Amino acid sequence: MPSALPTPAKPRSKWRRRFLITAGVIGGAMAVGLWRLYRERDRLTPPAPLRARESEAILTAWIKIATDGRVVVQVPRQEMGQGVMTALPMLVAEELDADFAQVHFEQALVDPVYANATLLGDGVPFRPDDESWLGAIARVSQFKVGEVLGVMATGGSTSVRDAWEPMRRAGATARAMLLQAAANKLGVAITECTVSKGIVEHARSGRRAGFGELALEAARLPIPSDVAPKDPARFTLLGQSPQRLDIPVKVDGTAQFGMDVRLPNMVYAAIAQCPVFGGSLKSFNGDKARARPGVKGVLALPATSTSAAAVVAIAQHYWQARSALAEIEISWDEGPNAAHNTAQQRSRYESLLASDEVRIYDEAGSIDTAFASPPRLLEADYFVPYLAHATMEPINCTAVVRDGSCEVWVGNQSPTLVQWYAAKAAGIDSANVTVHTPFLGGGFGRRAEMDVVMQTVMLAAKLPDTPVQLIWSREEDIQHDVYRPMAMAKFRAALDSAGNVTAWYNRIVGQSCTGGLTARLLPAAASDAMKDKTNVDGAFDLPYALPNRKVEHVLTHEPVPVGFWRSVGHSYNAFFTECFLDECADAAGQDPYEFRRALLKERPRHWTVLETAARKAGWDNSLPPGVGRGIALAESFHTIVAQVAEVEVRDNAPVVRRIVCAVDCGFAMHPDIVVAQMESGILFGLTAALFGEITLEQGRVQQSNFPSYEMVRLAQTPEIEVHIVNSGVEHLGGIGEPGTPPVAPAVCNALFAVTGKRIRELPIRL
Amino acid sequence: MVSFTVNAQAVQVDAEPDTPLLWVLRDYLNLTGTKFGCGVAACGACTVHLDGQPSRSCVVPVSACEGKEVTTIEGLAHDGGLHPVQQAWIDHQVPQCGYCQSGMIMAVVALLAAKANPSEDDVAAAITNVCRCGTYPRVKRAIRALASTTA
Repeated sequence: MPSALPTPAKPRSKWRRRFLITAGVIGGAMAVGLWRLYRERDRLTPPAPLRARESEAILTAWIKIATDGRVVVQVPRQEMGQGVMTALPMLVAEELDADFAQVHFEQALVDPVYANATLLGDGVPFRPDDESWLGAIARVSQFKVGEVLGVMATGGSTSVRDAWEPMRRAGATARAMLLQAAANKLGVAITECTVSKGIVEHARSGRRAGFGELALEAARLPIPSDVAPKDPARFTLLGQSPQRLDIPVKVDGTAQFGMDVRLPNMVYAAIAQCPVFGGSLKSFNGDKARARPGVKGVLALPATSTSAAAVVAIAQHYWQARSALAEIEISWDEGPNAAHNTAQQRSRYESLLASDEVRIYDEAGSIDTAFASPPRLLEADYFVPYLAHATMEPINCTAVVRDGSCEVWVGNQSPTLVQWYAAKAAGIDSANVTVHTPFLGGGFGRRAEMDVVMQTVMLAAKLPDTPVQLIWSREEDIQHDVYRPMAMAKFRAALDSAGNVTAWYNRIVGQSCTGGLTARLLPAAASDAMKDKTNVDGAFDLPYALPNRKVEHVLTHEPVPVGFWRSVGHSYNAFFTECFLDECADAAGQDPYEFRRALLKERPRHWTVLETAARKAGWDNSLPPGVGRGIALAESFHTIVAQVAEVEVRDNAPVVRRIVCAVDCGFAMHPDIVVAQMESGILFGLTAALFGEITLEQGRVQQSNFPSYEMVRLAQTPEIEVHIVNSGVEHLGGIGEPGTPPVAPAVCNALFAVTGKRIRELPIRL
Repeated sequence: MVSFTVNAQAVQVDAEPDTPLLWVLRDYLNLTGTKFGCGVAACGACTVHLDGQPSRSCVVPVSACEGKEVTTIEGLAHDGGLHPVQQAWIDHQVPQCGYCQSGMIMAVVALLAAKANPSEDDVAAAITNVCRCGTYPRVKRAIRALASTTA
């Protein structure tokens, strides 16, 4: 018999939530009132520090055009493989009617004009289909707060969505300026000129002028504020797949990553951080290390809100620093978390599945009535472990502090935060910090963290005028990450005699990613009063027709730091919900695809994506014996993805043969990047499903490098087919993360089809 | 002092003999195209050719390189033209973040030099490099295309 439903918290939480949200809305609305008029124009005006060469003209904040016709687009986001250095220049090029072969990218400098407003707008705890006035106002005001805060950040699969309006508008505005310059130069009416492939033409006279000839003159004209971007029906470049602009330098070794920065007189640092989270340094003896060749110093770094206590060896070359580090005798004060272990944490989570301290994130109808005496009752618990990011480029940063200023080179997901935290570490004003962002050797959320920036600038401040490059070993990277939270879920569902789900109850237990980041970056602002929808993303916003439902979360606090990991809460909630939904289908005696399809009748976009994946996978075709199919659907970051996995069992281990994926991100502005990001997201999720597991014993992370934290490799890579559904630009969604959530449930549901055994825990163990 | 050849140029390096070739290339010779990924020969980001053989340079002490020929990603292109594998990487739009691709390309060049038309099993056995972005489907496609042009 299933256990009794946990008692819910008193309804006060609902009013409290309303109050907090309303307070936020009022604050946001005030911000809107104060800033709106100023902001509209501000997204075009070039920031004062933006510089151009003599042969270049600046046309809006986003575009430089050189006299040779080169168009250099200022890209406000960071390239970590997701294709942003190609996609965002395309938005400008489309509206400019530029020749894309002449288009180049440049990392934009740090300025509020390049802020990511969408990231905050996405963060409000309302379902994406919540069209209430409260939800809409909260979203808009958060967006405006995002603009006002002026934080540049890459994450939440927001880059194209956030750039869609300002970068297209910038392109259209610059085009108007070039047209005006051409009309002036040729002495003809502007209405008689056309633009194509970077050339303005006056058809009647046959006279032409290239962007390069017009740029300097165009830059002298006032920036018009009323130029509208194109009707999407007239796109000629968006929707095509030109070759990525960042690939040529990535095949010949010339691409510059953070670790490739080389500066005169630079020294290298190797680091050992306290192996237990929250511990501190008791003492160390660096005498032996100091005697080694090339060593310049052995130093201690105190713990900060963003970084762990550490001992560092500095040397002329990295290997000298690394070898010296091994010679330092270190004694740690392991602090209060020295006994923390995963097994105890897990049993605590199990008991919290019945806790009274819950927050309700989604509630509709009445589950109590349906649960009173259902013909069929299902109950199951699910579990996922902590996961590390393991970006291919280990964590590193380079900095120099001189004369009250600081220069930092670091692969990062928020140059604005780098500026703030470098200033804090150096004890200077952030206006005196220059941030350089090279290519990121992987990001996945890890490079939104400021730990290595704090550590490196603290070191650089102790060695004025000397550039320092701090490189973490892979072991430090795996053992000092901010992890994807370990989480548990409880489900109960009531089914009527026809197999309809008459009640859906889901409780999730785990830490808050947003709370963790806030505690690290703004400890004074950390508070449990703020709800964090990332905890329940993919659980509280299900597209299925489940009229009686309740989704709630139990917040925990653990000594293990958690952070944003590709697709965040969706990474586990899609596994939980899509596997349990499969259990419901099985209990109802229905095909898992047909069962979902029936629940999506009111959701035509989801229905189409699900149907596309099933049809392309040949859902109804028979499979060889021992091979099973599973299906899963997840909407995340405003993009809908369905996947069908074909799996078999060999040597008692799952072998994933094929994954068919359908994706609707509204409009695939560069279809090949959409395909690449689906492949990437799928393999990222498959690594988590097959291998990913971070565990702790005696306060220490037990995994340390790729042998103990294994990755999917080429040999385990299934055939992957991606099918794009374009439902329209009004449904624009992200693409970097949405490929990840559905893969684990699709694979586990396929395994059920083969083995008849439910997988309720990752990584998969048969 | 260790003497060897890097990309057809004679070099002499004054480093501690246990210094891995990876760090000699990156820090002493400024050839930063070869990447540090794990330090334990588990990911392949540091793959170079040592006397023509693919080697994970993070575990090869420089003392073992005396008199040998090292080829890195920077030495792959010839006469101003890309190596066919590099060109295939562009044609098939393989890289994403790009960090692992120097090592991946060096491993594939070595595989195809040893076996112009490898089977799928040959590829799976030889290309064990980690790519966290998951570019493997495109790596496979590019290898297949290269194999069919030489076959």
